[in-house]
Amino acid sequence: MNRTEIAIALFTLVHKEIRRFMRIWVQTLVPPAITMTLYFVIFGNLIGSRIGEMGGFDYMQYVVPGLIMMSVITNSYANVASSFYSHKFQHCVEEILVSPMPNWVILFGFVIGGAVRGILVGILVSLLSLFFTKLQVDNLFVTILVIILTALLFALAGFINGIFANKFDDIAIIPTFILTPLTYLGGVFYSLDLLPDFWRAVSMVNPIVYMVNAFRYGILGVSDVDVYFSIGMIGFFVVIFTVFSLWLLNRGVGIRQ
Amino acid sequence: MALALSVKNLKKRYKGGVEALKGITFEVEQGDFFALLGPNGAGKSTAIGIISSLMNKSEGSVEIFGHDIDVSLSKAKKEIGLVPQEFNFNQFETVYSILITQAGYYGIPASRAKVNTEKYLRALGLWEKRDSPSRMLSGGMKRRLMIVRALIHEPKLLILDEPTAGVDIELRRTMWTFLEDLNKKGTTIILTTHYLEEAESLCRTIAIIDEGKIIRNGSMSSLLKQLNVETLVLDLKEPLSEAPKLDGYVCSRVNDYTLNVEVDIEEGVNKLFALLTERGIKVTSLRNKANRLEELFIRLVNKQDTFSP
Repeated sequence: MNRTEIAIALFTLVHKEIRRFMRIWVQTLVPPAITMTLYFVIFGNLIGSRIGEMGGFDYMQYVVPGLIMMSVITNSYANVASSFYSHKFQHCVEEILVSPMPNWVILFGFVIGGAVRGILVGILVSLLSLFFTKLQVDNLFVTILVIILTALLFALAGFINGIFANKFDDIAIIPTFILTPLTYLGGVFYSLDLLPDFWRAVSMVNPIVYMVNAFRYGILGVSDVDVYFSIGMIGFFVVIFTVFSLWLLNRGVGIRQ
Repeated sequence: MALALSVKNLKKRYKGGVEALKGITFEVEQGDFFALLGPNGAGKSTAIGIISSLMNKSEGSVEIFGHDIDVSLSKAKKEIGLVPQEFNFNQFETVYSILITQAGYYGIPASRAKVNTEKYLRALGLWEKRDSPSRMLSGGMKRRLMIVRALIHEPKLLILDEPTAGVDIELRRTMWTFLEDLNKKGTTIILTTHYLEEAESLCRTIAIIDEGKIIRNGSMSSLLKQLNVETLVLDLKEPLSEAPKLDGYVCSRVNDYTLNVEVDIEEGVNKLFALLTERGIKVTSLRNKANRLEELFIRLVNKQDTFSP
């Protein structure tokens, strides 16, 4: 395929992915908006007012960047995992596999589609948070960079999950047993300074800690970890997950066997 | 004549050790109408899956219009249109959107995609259904949608895996006419089907695959000549309690009024009727039990040695 054909193919796949989650917006965009609003009301307003300050900010301000990041992570992941698995389940992945699209276009098509949903939900949750607190951006570049890299990373992770999934349970197990605990223990709701040394050290192996803190740095200008190290880590994992996903696609794991 | 498809020593072993293809070799010439036949589980769909790169091969090579799928897969894929056995489109998308999206996957600009979509939807009588969700289509319409989708990038080789399964006779004949016309215009067609009448009337070359091996491959006419026994069904005027013993013919009684007789082509039917008249058996009508390809197929896959060398 020449460059124009590749551009058309990539645009087609991304457009189809976006159309998919927009068509079922009640399932894809509304639930995270409702869940996060509940978090804002309960953790931010009701309980948060009794917690006092965290990291030098009132609790509501502190928790908002973490909750935005949580929405980005779960939605990017869920979009690609469920979309790719549905393609396998309905066999319409074959429409893609018979086409001359290179594997990297297939990967980027799904991943960009998932990242767009994650970012869109992130923007929606950010707008909702304005009803509860002031949201000022301390470092716009870091904020945008971290949100894009995180959305891409978890879209890639969702893609890998979709490739290995053989039944619908398989795309629920990883989010339930791995992603949710890592997110909740990734400093969304608290500063790592509150933890004893041992659990603080354990937390440092949780990659979500770096994303949440880098994003919080972008919004509030505070972080439990070095922000540039965090961005480097996210970028590093994006590269690793991309290479691994392409390797899986080239080998045909889960789709051409 | 240039080759549309060349398959050499193709093998497929599934995880768990099942060997679906045990080294098949065959060629399809450009412009041919080729039938790949075989009983269920013989390896037809596996072969088609590998040729259309839906499945990895274990060994062997596949070339499509000279493009080796191990070397220039993208070029090879552009030449193929696949109509699979199972419905494999998104059930929630409309007919039109499925086709425009498929064209996009091939890098076809929207303007050309729209022209091709209308052209083939009209040719297969689906234009009025373009805005319907695909799940709302009847079985026959779904099959035609998959044909339109396979043609959207105007491939030189069209592969159809049982395209007329579950399609009524009238529609099946319409599809035959469409495929014959497409073949006359230069598209090479490979067909698998369980309707052997379909293969006999459409295809010029056949390969029969059984238990992962090609057991016969050649032109339709030369293969049919190998068939030296045909089974005739005789309807009788008066009931028979047992099958008569007729010298040179194998008779079996189906019911009181029906006899099956295996007739050797060399022997002919004149002597049969003389013997029947001699025994006072009156025949009211006569027909072939199966068409010739069906007879050949059944005998081949049942391993009956009734062929000329």
